Amino acid sequence: MTDQELKLKSVQYRQKILRYITEAGAGHTGGSLSCTDILNVLYNRVMNVSPQNFSSPARDRYIQSKGHSVEALYVVLADCGFFPESELETLCHYKSPFVGHPTRKVPGIEMNTGALGHGLPICVGLAIAGKLDAAPHRVFTLLGDGEMAEGSNWEAAMAAAHYELDNLTAILDHNTLQITGHTRDVCSNEPLDEKFASFGWNVITVDGHDFAKLTEALEAPSPGKPKMVIANTVKGRGVSFMENVVSWHHGVPSAEQYELAQNELAAAELALAGEAR
Amino acid sequence: MSAPAPSMFTPAALDLLTKLGLKKGRANLEEFAATLEELARDNPNIIAVTSDSRGSGKLGHFGKELPKQIVEVGIAEQNLVGITAGLAAAGKKSFGVSPACFLTARSFEQIKNDVCYSDVPATLVGISAGVSYGALGSTHHSLHDVAALRCIHNLTILLPADNFETREAIRLAASAPHPVFVRFGKAAMYDLHPAGTKFEVGKAITLREGNDVAFIGTGETVVHCLLAAAKLAEQGLNCRVISMHTIKPFDSDAVLKAARECRAIVTAEEHSVYGGLGEACAGVIAQSGIAVPMKITGFPDEDTVTGAQADIFRHYGLSMEGLAASAKELLERAGARA
Repeated sequence: MTDQELKLKSVQYRQKILRYITEAGAGHTGGSLSCTDILNVLYNRVMNVSPQNFSSPARDRYIQSKGHSVEALYVVLADCGFFPESELETLCHYKSPFVGHPTRKVPGIEMNTGALGHGLPICVGLAIAGKLDAAPHRVFTLLGDGEMAEGSNWEAAMAAAHYELDNLTAILDHNTLQITGHTRDVCSNEPLDEKFASFGWNVITVDGHDFAKLTEALEAPSPGKPKMVIANTVKGRGVSFMENVVSWHHGVPSAEQYELAQNELAAAELALAGEAR
Repeated sequence: MSAPAPSMFTPAALDLLTKLGLKKGRANLEEFAATLEELARDNPNIIAVTSDSRGSGKLGHFGKELPKQIVEVGIAEQNLVGITAGLAAAGKKSFGVSPACFLTARSFEQIKNDVCYSDVPATLVGISAGVSYGALGSTHHSLHDVAALRCIHNLTILLPADNFETREAIRLAASAPHPVFVRFGKAAMYDLHPAGTKFEVGKAITLREGNDVAFIGTGETVVHCLLAAAKLAEQGLNCRVISMHTIKPFDSDAVLKAARECRAIVTAEEHSVYGGLGEACAGVIAQSGIAVPMKITGFPDEDTVTGAQADIFRHYGLSMEGLAASAKELLERAGARA
């Protein structure tokens, strides 16, 4: 898939994310929009995982540690054919498998997440198992920057370097905001690149909305070291009035805001289609 | 030279053990380590995960013999459980081994989410449980673990009483498709079961029949229940002794049978009196409508007294003498009422 095709997909993903969050009346809008491009590149270009190979031990594993951005994940999984997209109309409804954080009730989800600081330790276990079996599969996790305040991440960071887990890639959705405000003001954990480098990780920092750069970073070999891709992103990316606004962490658009947002995304879609022609 | 640890048994209790023909085995901890190593030799898929706890877990030999089947994570219990869950999710039969106090308190959320909610076939082994660490104090005691873990859906909870139950618990855990928690102590245990006893998850084992008082014990209190029953037999009382090795799924039938057939019930656990075996029994009995005098023996809601494990057991009545006295008291009360 070309960068141009991925760009178009991302705009369509954002339209759907907003649709299902608005219909459910709940969801994590800002973070889902900041990680959309990362998930797009992972599922459509980098990872070897599909509904066809999902029960194979050889599949690549993806654990979404920042589980609250589940709407982006559900939309991408539907697009990859793990389940019919229409099922997302039940998001957060009574008895729906589409819980507001990832659960294995949904095809394509590997582990139940949502409490922060859990994905990285689990991935260390998955990656150690891969090493023990000399298996070719890779393990990916998506972390939030606010999440990095959870100490369990650093326990796992130590172990990942100790076991030289070069089959493990963590991606930091570095949108610099969390529910209370700017991460640097809430309780700064910067500089995250230097921290991970000092923990023995191979750190690559990229624009988290640049498909070519994301691909390059995710595909880069990292012999003997776990890899941290710090993806600089914009929370609420793609909708002008949501970008970099703290309250959109779990804000749900009003009818009027929804229309404005969808109009912006429709215009972006049109522009991309025009470029393609 | 340090003084020898006080005995868990008074001379009278030791005499009774001899009369009953019970032989002293090894610590359940050692039985666990030997069993796991034996299973792991045949099954390279078994992985032990330790948090600087291979010494405390008696897994030093395992580590030397099967170095590729042990993962050390350092002193990081949250990471221990997360990694144990990840290994299980990748198809390994993982056993996370750490002192029960740290494993179940510090990593509670990892047990709840990564293991139980995600439903991976991991086993968590809480070693040196209860007050095994004695005078090291409350930081090292786990008197909360059964109560806390009972509230988590999708976890089998096993408290073996002796070497046989420990061996069976570990064997069953090694082939369990869902999460299991096993906890035990580090003192040598007497063998309580005759050869040929069957161990089934969720099925209590009746060690002694009788209808005067039913002692329902779990884990390493069961031997004291058996002694109390033997002591009361000398006074003409026939007491039932039940080893409730599985706390979840709970054998309600065995409890209700005892409640219907016996004049009183004494429960015994190396745990807080809140939320453990005793309250599980009380809940079942109360909701059945059966009225039977009952006493929950365990650790009260107070700063636990300082002492060796034996001192602490005796202080709170978890001894042959204490349990027999509790039973007599219940019978007297029942008699006075009748």
